[in-house]
Amino acid sequence: MSEEVTITIDDQSIKTQRGEKLLWVALENNIFIPHLCAIKDESRPNASCRLCFVEIEGQDKPVTACSKEVENAMVVKTRSPHIDRLVKTGFELILSDHNLKCRECPANRDCALQMIAKKRGLKLKCDRFKPLEREYELDDSPAEFAFDRSRCVLCGQCVWADRVEAEIGAIGFTGRGINRVVTTFKDLPLADSICTECKLCVDACPVGALYYKHNQKA
Amino acid sequence: MQLLEGEKEEILACVKDVLGGNSKTQENLIPILQQVQKKLGYLPTMAIEKIAEGMDVPAVDIYGLATFYNQFRLNPPGKHEVKVCMGTACYMAGGDITLESFQRRMEIDEGETSQDRYYSLGRVACVGCCTLAPVAVVDDQVEGKVTPTRVDGLMLALEEGRDDNSSQQPDSSEGDNNE
Repeated sequence: MSEEVTITIDDQSIKTQRGEKLLWVALENNIFIPHLCAIKDESRPNASCRLCFVEIEGQDKPVTACSKEVENAMVVKTRSPHIDRLVKTGFELILSDHNLKCRECPANRDCALQMIAKKRGLKLKCDRFKPLEREYELDDSPAEFAFDRSRCVLCGQCVWADRVEAEIGAIGFTGRGINRVVTTFKDLPLADSICTECKLCVDACPVGALYYKHNQKA
Repeated sequence: MQLLEGEKEEILACVKDVLGGNSKTQENLIPILQQVQKKLGYLPTMAIEKIAEGMDVPAVDIYGLATFYNQFRLNPPGKHEVKVCMGTACYMAGGDITLESFQRRMEIDEGETSQDRYYSLGRVACVGCCTLAPVAVVDDQVEGKVTPTRVDGLMLALEEGRDDNSSQQPDSSEGDNNE
Protein backbone atom coordinates (compact mmCIF):
# COMPACT_ATOMS: atom_id res chain seq x y z
CA MET A 1 0.00 0.00 0.00
CA SER A 2 2.95 2.30 -0.52
CA GLU A 3 1.36 5.25 -2.19
CA GLU A 4 3.39 8.32 -2.92
CA VAL A 5 2.16 11.56 -1.38
CA THR A 6 3.47 15.10 -1.55
CA ILE A 7 3.47 17.26 1.51
CA THR A 8 4.79 20.71 2.32
CA ILE A 9 6.81 21.34 5.45
CA ASP A 10 7.92 24.94 6.03
CA ASP A 11 7.48 25.78 2.33
CA GLN A 12 9.59 22.80 1.30
CA SER A 13 7.83 20.31 -0.95
CA ILE A 14 8.56 16.69 0.02
CA LYS A 15 7.64 13.42 -1.64
CA THR A 16 7.10 10.52 0.72
CA GLN A 17 5.00 7.42 1.30
CA ARG A 18 1.51 7.42 2.77
CA GLY A 19 1.46 6.16 6.35
CA GLU A 20 4.89 7.55 7.23
CA LYS A 21 5.02 9.57 10.43
CA LEU A 22 5.44 13.29 9.94
CA LEU A 23 8.32 13.63 12.41
CA TRP A 24 10.55 11.16 10.60
CA VAL A 25 9.73 12.56 7.18
CA ALA A 26 10.80 16.00 8.42
CA LEU A 27 13.99 14.74 10.06
CA GLU A 28 15.00 12.77 6.98
CA ASN A 29 14.68 15.98 4.96
CA ASN A 30 16.86 17.93 7.39
CA ILE A 31 13.95 19.79 8.94
CA PHE A 32 14.47 19.82 12.68
CA ILE A 33 11.57 19.11 15.03
CA PRO A 34 12.45 18.70 18.72
CA HIS A 35 11.79 15.20 20.05
CA LEU A 36 12.87 12.90 22.87
CA CYS A 37 10.48 9.97 23.14
CA ALA A 38 9.94 9.25 19.44
CA ILE A 39 10.95 5.81 18.18
CA LYS A 40 10.78 5.26 14.45
CA ASP A 41 9.74 1.62 14.49
CA GLU A 42 7.05 2.01 17.10
CA SER A 43 3.64 1.77 15.47
CA ARG A 44 1.83 3.56 18.28
CA PRO A 45 4.13 6.29 19.60
CA ASN A 46 3.81 7.40 23.22
CA ALA A 47 3.90 11.08 22.23
CA SER A 48 4.77 11.74 25.84
CA CYS A 49 7.59 14.30 25.65
CA ARG A 50 5.28 16.93 24.09
CA LEU A 51 8.09 18.57 22.17
CA CYS A 52 7.35 17.67 18.55
CA PHE A 53 4.28 19.88 18.10
CA VAL A 54 3.60 21.19 14.61
CA GLU A 55 0.74 23.07 13.00
CA ILE A 56 -1.14 21.58 10.08
CA GLU A 57 -3.12 23.84 7.81
CA GLY A 58 -6.84 23.32 8.28
CA GLN A 59 -6.53 21.89 11.78
CA ASP A 60 -7.43 23.99 14.80
CA LYS A 61 -5.01 22.50 17.24
CA PRO A 62 -1.30 21.68 17.04
CA VAL A 63 -0.50 17.97 16.72
CA THR A 64 2.49 15.87 17.77
CA ALA A 65 4.50 15.10 14.64
CA CYS A 66 5.65 11.70 15.94
CA SER A 67 2.11 10.32 15.97
CA LYS A 68 0.73 12.07 12.88
CA GLU A 69 0.67 10.14 9.64
CA VAL A 70 1.29 12.12 6.49
CA GLU A 71 -1.55 12.73 4.08
CA ASN A 72 -1.44 14.01 0.53
CA ALA A 73 -1.19 17.79 0.15
CA MET A 74 -0.64 18.30 3.86
CA VAL A 75 0.80 21.72 4.66
CA VAL A 76 2.86 21.74 7.83
CA LYS A 77 4.49 24.52 9.82
CA THR A 78 7.13 23.59 12.38
CA ARG A 79 7.46 27.11 13.81
CA SER A 80 4.88 29.68 14.90
CA PRO A 81 4.49 31.78 18.05
CA HIS A 82 1.90 29.26 19.31
CA ILE A 83 4.10 26.21 18.63
CA ASP A 84 7.20 27.86 20.06
CA ARG A 85 5.33 28.70 23.23
CA LEU A 86 4.06 25.11 23.60
CA VAL A 87 7.49 23.60 23.00
CA LYS A 88 9.11 26.08 25.38
CA THR A 89 6.68 25.15 28.14
CA GLY A 90 7.14 21.43 27.52
CA PHE A 91 10.89 21.87 27.52
CA GLU A 92 10.85 23.87 30.75
CA LEU A 93 8.67 21.27 32.44
CA ILE A 94 11.21 18.60 31.51
CA LEU A 95 14.03 20.78 32.84
CA SER A 96 12.19 21.32 36.14
CA ASP A 97 12.86 17.66 36.92
CA HIS A 98 16.31 17.42 35.36
CA ASN A 99 19.73 17.78 36.93
CA LEU A 100 21.09 20.89 35.21
CA LYS A 101 24.72 20.53 36.23
CA CYS A 102 25.78 20.00 32.63
CA ARG A 103 29.48 20.37 33.36
CA GLU A 104 29.36 17.31 35.61
CA CYS A 105 27.32 15.32 33.13
CA PRO A 106 28.92 12.59 31.00
CA ALA A 107 26.63 13.57 28.11
CA ASN A 108 27.74 17.21 28.08
CA ARG A 109 27.96 18.37 24.42
CA ASP A 110 26.32 15.14 23.30
CA CYS A 111 22.90 15.69 24.81
CA ALA A 112 19.47 15.83 23.19
CA LEU A 113 18.33 18.58 25.57
CA GLN A 114 21.33 20.75 24.75
CA MET A 115 20.71 20.20 21.05
CA ILE A 116 17.03 21.19 21.32
CA ALA A 117 17.98 24.26 23.37
CA LYS A 118 20.53 25.31 20.78
CA LYS A 119 18.30 24.78 17.75
CA ARG A 120 15.26 26.45 19.27
CA GLY A 121 17.06 29.18 21.18
CA LEU A 122 15.84 27.92 24.55
CA LYS A 123 17.67 28.34 27.82
CA LEU A 124 19.00 25.40 29.78
CA LYS A 125 17.68 27.01 32.91
CA CYS A 126 14.60 26.53 34.97
CA ASP A 127 13.34 30.05 35.68
CA ARG A 128 9.59 29.86 35.23
CA PHE A 129 8.95 26.63 37.13
CA LYS A 130 10.24 25.75 40.54
CA PRO A 131 12.71 22.89 40.15
CA LEU A 132 11.56 19.71 41.86
CA GLU A 133 13.66 19.13 44.90
CA ARG A 134 13.72 15.48 45.64
CA GLU A 135 16.03 12.58 46.17
CA TYR A 136 17.05 10.65 43.12
CA GLU A 137 18.51 7.21 43.23
CA LEU A 138 21.84 6.51 41.60
CA ASP A 139 22.33 2.92 40.53
CA ASP A 140 25.99 2.22 39.86
CA SER A 141 25.72 -1.54 40.40
CA PRO A 142 26.50 -2.62 36.79
CA ALA A 143 30.18 -3.14 35.99
CA GLU A 144 30.56 -0.71 33.12
CA PHE A 145 27.66 1.74 33.34
CA ALA A 146 25.48 3.57 35.83
CA PHE A 147 21.98 5.03 35.96
CA ASP A 148 21.51 8.48 37.45
CA ARG A 149 17.78 9.15 37.73
CA SER A 150 18.32 12.85 38.37
CA ARG A 151 19.07 13.18 34.65
CA CYS A 152 16.34 10.85 33.36
CA VAL A 153 13.76 12.54 31.11
CA LEU A 154 11.47 9.47 30.99
CA CYS A 155 11.66 9.27 27.21
CA GLY A 156 11.51 5.47 27.21
CA GLN A 157 14.33 4.94 24.69
CA CYS A 158 16.12 2.61 27.14
CA VAL A 159 12.95 0.61 27.77
CA TRP A 160 12.49 0.16 24.01
CA ALA A 161 16.13 -0.95 23.62
CA ASP A 162 15.71 -3.39 26.49
CA ARG A 163 12.48 -4.87 25.11
CA VAL A 164 12.80 -4.78 21.35
CA GLU A 165 16.52 -4.78 20.65
CA ALA A 166 17.86 -6.79 23.58
CA GLU A 167 14.63 -8.74 24.24
CA ILE A 168 15.29 -8.90 27.97
CA GLY A 169 12.50 -7.09 29.82
CA ALA A 170 14.61 -6.00 32.78
CA ILE A 171 13.53 -2.36 32.97
CA GLY A 172 10.22 -0.58 32.65
CA PHE A 173 8.17 2.34 33.89
CA THR A 174 6.62 2.16 37.35
CA GLY A 175 4.66 4.56 39.52
CA ARG A 176 2.42 7.33 38.31
CA GLY A 177 2.61 11.04 37.68
CA ILE A 178 5.44 12.73 39.46
CA ASN A 179 6.58 9.40 40.91
CA ARG A 180 7.07 7.74 37.54
CA VAL A 181 10.53 6.22 37.17
CA VAL A 182 12.37 3.75 35.01
CA THR A 183 13.29 0.87 37.25
CA THR A 184 13.52 -2.90 37.56
CA PHE A 185 11.09 -5.41 39.05
CA LYS A 186 10.94 -4.83 42.83
CA ASP A 187 13.18 -1.75 42.31
CA LEU A 188 16.27 -3.94 42.55
CA PRO A 189 19.66 -2.55 41.51
CA LEU A 190 20.31 -3.42 37.85
CA ALA A 191 23.09 -5.88 38.76
CA ASP A 192 20.67 -7.88 40.95
CA SER A 193 17.92 -7.90 38.32
CA ILE A 194 17.63 -9.97 35.16
CA CYS A 195 19.60 -7.25 33.31
CA THR A 196 22.34 -8.81 31.18
CA GLU A 197 24.32 -5.54 31.03
CA CYS A 198 24.22 -5.59 27.23
CA LYS A 199 24.47 -1.77 27.36
CA LEU A 200 22.02 -1.18 24.50
CA CYS A 201 20.03 1.03 26.88
CA VAL A 202 23.13 3.12 27.56
CA ASP A 203 23.59 3.68 23.83
CA ALA A 204 19.91 4.59 23.51
CA CYS A 205 19.86 7.21 26.29
CA PRO A 206 19.63 10.67 24.67
CA VAL A 207 20.80 12.41 27.86
CA GLY A 208 23.28 11.48 30.57
CA ALA A 209 21.03 9.32 32.72
CA LEU A 210 22.48 6.00 31.59
CA TYR A 211 26.21 6.48 31.05
CA TYR A 212 29.44 4.57 30.80
CA LYS A 213 31.50 4.82 33.94
CA HIS A 214 34.62 5.64 31.92
CA ASN A 215 32.87 8.82 30.73
CA GLN A 216 32.06 9.91 34.25
CA LYS A 217 33.17 13.44 35.11
CA ALA A 218 32.35 14.00 38.75
CA MET B 1 7.44 -8.26 53.55
CA GLN B 2 8.11 -11.72 54.92
CA LEU B 3 5.60 -14.37 53.99
CA LEU B 4 3.65 -16.19 56.66
CA GLU B 5 3.80 -19.92 57.12
CA GLY B 6 1.89 -21.59 54.32
CA GLU B 7 1.40 -18.32 52.47
CA LYS B 8 3.72 -19.32 49.63
CA GLU B 9 1.60 -22.35 48.84
CA GLU B 10 -1.53 -20.23 49.05
CA ILE B 11 -0.08 -17.69 46.60
CA LEU B 12 1.02 -20.37 44.13
CA ALA B 13 -2.35 -22.11 44.26
CA CYS B 14 -4.23 -18.84 43.88
CA VAL B 15 -2.21 -17.69 40.85
CA LYS B 16 -2.56 -21.10 39.22
CA ASP B 17 -6.29 -21.03 39.81
CA VAL B 18 -6.78 -17.49 38.47
CA LEU B 19 -4.54 -18.04 35.43
CA GLY B 20 -6.42 -21.23 34.66
CA GLY B 21 -9.74 -19.40 34.71
CA ASN B 22 -8.75 -16.63 32.31
CA SER B 23 -7.35 -16.53 28.81
CA LYS B 24 -3.82 -15.21 28.98
CA THR B 25 -4.26 -12.13 26.83
CA GLN B 26 -3.05 -8.64 27.55
CA GLU B 27 -6.51 -7.22 28.11
CA ASN B 28 -7.10 -9.79 30.83
CA LEU B 29 -4.09 -8.69 32.86
CA ILE B 30 -5.92 -6.18 35.04
CA PRO B 31 -8.85 -8.56 35.76
CA ILE B 32 -6.29 -11.27 36.66
CA LEU B 33 -4.52 -8.94 39.09
CA GLN B 34 -7.88 -7.91 40.56
CA GLN B 35 -8.91 -11.52 41.10
CA VAL B 36 -5.59 -12.42 42.73
CA GLN B 37 -5.82 -9.37 44.99
CA LYS B 38 -9.40 -10.21 45.90
CA LYS B 39 -8.37 -13.69 47.00
CA LEU B 40 -5.11 -12.81 48.77
CA GLY B 41 -5.96 -9.33 50.00
CA TYR B 42 -2.92 -7.91 48.24
CA LEU B 43 -0.49 -8.55 45.38
CA PRO B 44 2.61 -10.27 46.74
CA THR B 45 5.68 -9.85 44.52
CA MET B 46 5.79 -13.63 44.25
CA ALA B 47 2.33 -13.58 42.69
CA ILE B 48 3.46 -10.91 40.21
CA GLU B 49 6.44 -13.07 39.27
CA LYS B 50 4.26 -16.11 38.73
CA ILE B 51 1.67 -14.18 36.69
CA ALA B 52 4.48 -12.75 34.55
CA GLU B 53 5.81 -16.25 33.95
CA GLY B 54 2.37 -17.58 33.13
CA MET B 55 1.51 -14.76 30.74
CA ASP B 56 4.98 -14.46 29.22
CA VAL B 57 5.36 -10.73 29.89
CA PRO B 58 8.24 -9.05 31.78
CA ALA B 59 7.60 -8.97 35.53
CA VAL B 60 8.54 -5.29 35.60
CA ASP B 61 5.57 -4.53 33.31
CA ILE B 62 3.11 -6.03 35.79
CA TYR B 63 4.96 -4.30 38.61
CA GLY B 64 4.60 -1.02 36.69
CA LEU B 65 0.90 -1.61 36.25
CA ALA B 66 0.38 -2.50 39.90
CA THR B 67 2.21 0.65 41.03
CA PHE B 68 0.30 2.80 38.52
CA TYR B 69 -3.21 2.02 39.73
CA ASN B 70 -4.23 2.96 43.25
CA GLN B 71 -6.54 -0.04 43.47
CA PHE B 72 -3.61 -2.45 43.74
CA ARG B 73 -1.68 -2.87 46.95
CA LEU B 74 1.69 -4.57 47.20
CA ASN B 75 1.61 -4.98 50.96
CA PRO B 76 -0.82 -7.13 52.95
CA PRO B 77 -3.57 -5.40 54.93
CA GLY B 78 -2.60 -5.13 58.59
CA LYS B 79 -4.80 -6.25 61.46
CA HIS B 80 -5.56 -2.58 61.96
CA GLU B 81 -5.87 -0.43 58.86
CA VAL B 82 -5.49 3.31 59.12
CA LYS B 83 -6.28 5.56 56.17
CA VAL B 84 -5.55 9.25 56.36
CA CYS B 85 -7.66 11.56 54.24
CA MET B 86 -5.74 13.70 51.79
CA GLY B 87 -8.74 15.39 50.21
CA THR B 88 -8.51 19.16 49.72
CA ALA B 89 -10.14 20.13 53.03
CA CYS B 90 -8.20 17.59 55.09
CA TYR B 91 -4.97 18.47 53.32
CA MET B 92 -5.47 22.16 54.04
CA ALA B 93 -6.30 21.35 57.66
CA GLY B 94 -3.00 19.50 58.09
CA GLY B 95 -3.72 16.00 56.81
CA ASP B 96 -0.07 15.62 55.85
CA ILE B 97 0.91 16.27 59.48
CA THR B 98 -1.59 13.62 60.59
CA LEU B 99 -0.14 11.14 58.09
CA GLU B 100 3.38 11.94 59.24
CA SER B 101 2.38 11.38 62.88
CA PHE B 102 0.99 7.95 62.03
CA GLN B 103 4.11 7.13 60.01
CA ARG B 104 6.32 8.04 62.93
CA ARG B 105 4.26 6.14 65.48
CA MET B 106 3.85 3.02 63.35
CA GLU B 107 7.42 3.22 62.03
CA ILE B 108 6.22 2.54 58.49
CA ASP B 109 5.70 4.66 55.38
CA GLU B 110 2.45 5.38 53.64
CA GLY B 111 1.30 2.30 51.69
CA GLU B 112 3.28 -0.05 53.91
CA THR B 113 2.47 -2.70 56.49
CA SER B 114 4.40 -3.27 59.70
CA GLN B 115 6.53 -6.45 59.79
CA ASP B 116 4.21 -8.11 62.33
CA ARG B 117 1.25 -7.16 60.08
CA TYR B 118 -0.44 -5.40 62.97
CA TYR B 119 -0.68 -2.01 61.23
CA SER B 120 -1.07 -0.84 57.68
CA LEU B 121 -1.19 2.78 56.65
CA GLY B 122 -2.67 4.36 53.55
CA ARG B 123 -4.26 7.49 52.19
CA VAL B 124 -7.71 8.18 50.80
CA ALA B 125 -8.86 11.03 48.60
CA CYS B 126 -12.02 12.05 50.48
CA VAL B 127 -14.34 10.24 52.86
CA GLY B 128 -17.11 12.81 52.63
CA CYS B 129 -16.98 14.52 56.00
CA CYS B 130 -14.86 17.56 55.30
CA THR B 131 -16.27 19.48 58.28
CA LEU B 132 -14.37 17.08 60.53
CA ALA B 133 -11.03 17.73 58.77
CA PRO B 134 -8.43 16.41 59.17
CA VAL B 135 -10.00 12.98 59.00
CA ALA B 136 -8.55 9.50 59.45
CA VAL B 137 -10.35 6.18 58.98
CA VAL B 138 -9.30 3.64 61.57
CA ASP B 139 -10.66 0.17 60.80
CA ASP B 140 -13.63 1.64 58.88
CA GLN B 141 -14.42 4.01 61.74
CA VAL B 142 -14.21 7.69 60.75
CA GLU B 143 -12.27 9.82 63.21
CA GLY B 144 -12.50 13.61 62.96
CA LYS B 145 -10.12 16.42 63.92
CA VAL B 146 -7.16 14.07 64.01
CA THR B 147 -4.37 16.27 65.30
CA PRO B 148 -1.00 14.71 66.26
CA THR B 149 -2.26 14.54 69.86
CA ARG B 150 -5.35 12.68 68.69
CA VAL B 151 -3.05 10.33 66.73
CA ASP B 152 -1.28 9.51 69.99
CA GLY B 153 -4.65 8.72 71.59
CA LEU B 154 -5.78 6.53 68.70
CA MET B 155 -2.46 4.69 68.65
CA LEU B 156 -2.69 4.10 72.39
CA ALA B 157 -6.11 2.48 71.94
CA LEU B 158 -4.76 0.29 69.12
CA GLU B 159 -1.69 -0.66 71.14
CA GLU B 160 -3.89 -1.65 74.08
CA GLY B 161 -5.74 -4.06 71.86
CA ARG B 162 -2.50 -5.74 70.86
CA ASP B 163 -2.41 -9.30 72.06
CA ASP B 164 0.96 -10.87 71.37
CA ASN B 165 -0.53 -14.28 70.72
CA SER B 166 -3.07 -13.07 68.23
CA SER B 167 -0.71 -11.20 65.92
CA GLN B 168 0.57 -13.36 63.12
CA GLN B 169 4.26 -14.13 63.23
CA PRO B 170 6.25 -14.16 60.01
CA ASP B 171 7.74 -17.48 59.10
CA SER B 172 11.48 -16.88 59.06
CA SER B 173 12.18 -19.89 56.85
CA GLU B 174 10.50 -18.26 53.86
CA GLY B 175 13.14 -15.55 53.67
CA ASP B 176 12.48 -12.08 52.43
CA ASN B 177 10.33 -11.93 49.37
CA ASN B 178 9.60 -8.28 49.07
CA GLU B 179 12.64 -6.09 48.91
